[in-house]
Amino acid sequence: MSLIQRRSLIAAGLFLGLAGHALAQAPAAAPPAATAPAGTRFITVASTTSTQDSGLFGHILPIFKAKTGIEVRVISQGTGQALDTGRRGDADVVFVHAKAQELKFVEEGFSTERRPVMYNDFVLIGPKSDPAGVAGSKDIVAALKKIQEKGAPFVSRGDKSGTHSAELNLWKAAGIDIAAQKGPWYREIGQGMGAALNTSGAMGAYVLSDRATWISFKNRGDLVISVEGDKRLFNQYGVMSVSLAKHPHVKFNDGKLFADWLTSPEGQKAIADYKIDGQQLFFPNAGQAGA
Amino acid sequence: MEVSAVFQAAFALVVGLDPDFLGIVGLSLRVTLTAVAVAALIGLPLGAALALARFPGRSAIIVCLNALMGLPPVVAGLAVFLMLSRSGPLGPLGLLFTPTAMIIAQVILVLPIVIALTRQVIEDLWGEYRDHLRSVGLEGMRAIPTLLFDGRFSLATALLAGFGRASAEVGAVLIVGGNIAGYTRTMTTAITLETSKGDLPLALGLGIVLLSLTLAINAVAFGASRIGARYAG
Amino acid sequence: MLDATSILPLTVDAVSFSGGGKQLLEPNSFVIPAGGLTVVLGPNGAGKSLTLRLCHGLLNPSRGTVRWADAPGGQHAARRQAKRHAMVFQKPIMLRRSVEANIAHALAASGTAGAERKVRTQQALARFGLAERAAQPARLLSGGEQQRLAIARAWALRPELLFLDEPTSQLDPAATRQIEELLTVLVAEGITVMMSTHDLGQARRLADRVLFLHRGRLVEDAAAASFFAGPQSAEARAFLAGELLW
Repeated sequence: MSLIQRRSLIAAGLFLGLAGHALAQAPAAAPPAATAPAGTRFITVASTTSTQDSGLFGHILPIFKAKTGIEVRVISQGTGQALDTGRRGDADVVFVHAKAQELKFVEEGFSTERRPVMYNDFVLIGPKSDPAGVAGSKDIVAALKKIQEKGAPFVSRGDKSGTHSAELNLWKAAGIDIAAQKGPWYREIGQGMGAALNTSGAMGAYVLSDRATWISFKNRGDLVISVEGDKRLFNQYGVMSVSLAKHPHVKFNDGKLFADWLTSPEGQKAIADYKIDGQQLFFPNAGQAGA
Repeated sequence: MEVSAVFQAAFALVVGLDPDFLGIVGLSLRVTLTAVAVAALIGLPLGAALALARFPGRSAIIVCLNALMGLPPVVAGLAVFLMLSRSGPLGPLGLLFTPTAMIIAQVILVLPIVIALTRQVIEDLWGEYRDHLRSVGLEGMRAIPTLLFDGRFSLATALLAGFGRASAEVGAVLIVGGNIAGYTRTMTTAITLETSKGDLPLALGLGIVLLSLTLAINAVAFGASRIGARYAG
Repeated sequence: MLDATSILPLTVDAVSFSGGGKQLLEPNSFVIPAGGLTVVLGPNGAGKSLTLRLCHGLLNPSRGTVRWADAPGGQHAARRQAKRHAMVFQKPIMLRRSVEANIAHALAASGTAGAERKVRTQQALARFGLAERAAQPARLLSGGEQQRLAIARAWALRPELLFLDEPTSQLDPAATRQIEELLTVLVAEGITVMMSTHDLGQARRLADRVLFLHRGRLVEDAAAASFFAGPQSAEARAFLAGELLW
């Protein structure tokens, strides 16, 4: 068949591809932040939605990059999912908040060490109208009991995240076997923190949230903090670099460098400095024993 | 949420020419256009061959392709994810959470559309051209280049359909790209993220920008194809 | 026109054709020697178009053989000789390209090299009065112009034998007249033409020889003058008398 036709077909295909490249490269060339050029030194960090959605990474990662030249690529998932990403070797560092799951990760040999980094706390969010009558309380256990008794709507993450496992522990502490006693008032949505807050707002339901996500959340509607300040609402974050023993390809040294930095005085200060409307979102506690 | 806030957000995005935003738009276009180009290079000849070939199992293949046009993006994404994960068969390539992985996933989504629609277009055209092409000695697969060229305007529509599917989907690129800021964040994954952050005006503003881009590309392609089709009869 | 050895005569030997469980063409035999215009005549559904397609190699006979210059026939021979016989169809098949590109495409398809292709394309355009239309989309030409382009495109292939399947059945009288004049000139230039028609007047105007088909059977094979003066069969007599035949 005539060469001209074949050429024009190939040219059409190439054109589509090249147009795409050209469009992508125009903006990529100007701002260094937008897209990393090939060959960049980078690590992949699997972390939670709370650290990402609250904007913490947007604040601390540029500081880390300026110091080390290492770009940190963050995949934000629920804690359970993030740990699995580490288990498969698809991340170099895991930075999450569910101590028991983290220790299991280390026990399984996927990391040599789990280090505490910072904490914030969980808050019980609920509608202003407060159908369960728990607003203002400092006793999360009592509040959960009331919610269950009255069958007030409650949204659960239901996604094996750190917040989800914290919520399950709190039900246990309240003496409620939620798996057996849940009714239509208990709604597991299987999504991230932001989605859970959006859903609660729409349904007028209670929901457990980490404070950082709540502070940075913009679609609050009628939602307010119902319960806060209980010691049992403590939320600890830990960091682990994925072990070379399980996954020889991981960037162990650069990953460890990131974990070292997070727990160093400089990293800790960067975390403490991150504020929204004057409110500090995370409290560094790397040196604290037992955290 | 007020409607004006949505349009303000969209307007600010476009007028502000924020580098991060431009990076996101650029990446979205690059990933989707590359995926459509790759799907075209593979799918056009394959669809044409399927239109002309007669072999046992052909009908089954056509039914499968039609079904695959409705493949949920999440499923395609999951399949690519499992292939590309470090623990998967193609793990050593280190492609997971890269734009290349997103392109691969979208090629899988677009390819069935391109092949199935190409088959339809080429089969109709072959019905019209068969006598003449065979008369001048173009039998079987040798007729493919002529048919693809003469079907160019209808085929452009097939590629547009593929482009629409790829540019709108979020399930696959989110799973295999990871929505990494500045690296694998596209328009659709950014919309998902802003929704979960509760910034609904920004999310919807991004949506409006995406819709406008898709509209512009469709309008240009449609116009070019109409003018061309009128020219070629 | 007759470079190298001729592919003619074309010998059709007991060729029959069945499709869909029906015998559409009975075993017919005839020979087309070089020169002249042979009209395949008959009412609708007589098998005229089938006969031309079998000769051109678009269809394979169910039984019997099609031979070129006494070489063994069949599809392979037909394909090998593709450059030497061409076909024009009832409804012109125009590619979605310019007039010029339609001709160039046919030449390229049949293996004519680039430089030669250009020369022959320009010749064909000039020869059939299409030079001014060269850059226009072929599908936007009028019906008559399209058929003229189809003939030009076939002519560019330098055929010894040109098949035409009811080439004017969809044209108005003026366009029909143009095409008929064109065919007369081509025959005068030495191209052998075999065309089908159900138009008795056209057959009278053009034919040197008539093959009369009825219900898939070759009923008469005669010089045009004697066929029209004294048809031998009842069917041909009825057809010439304008009676309804089926």
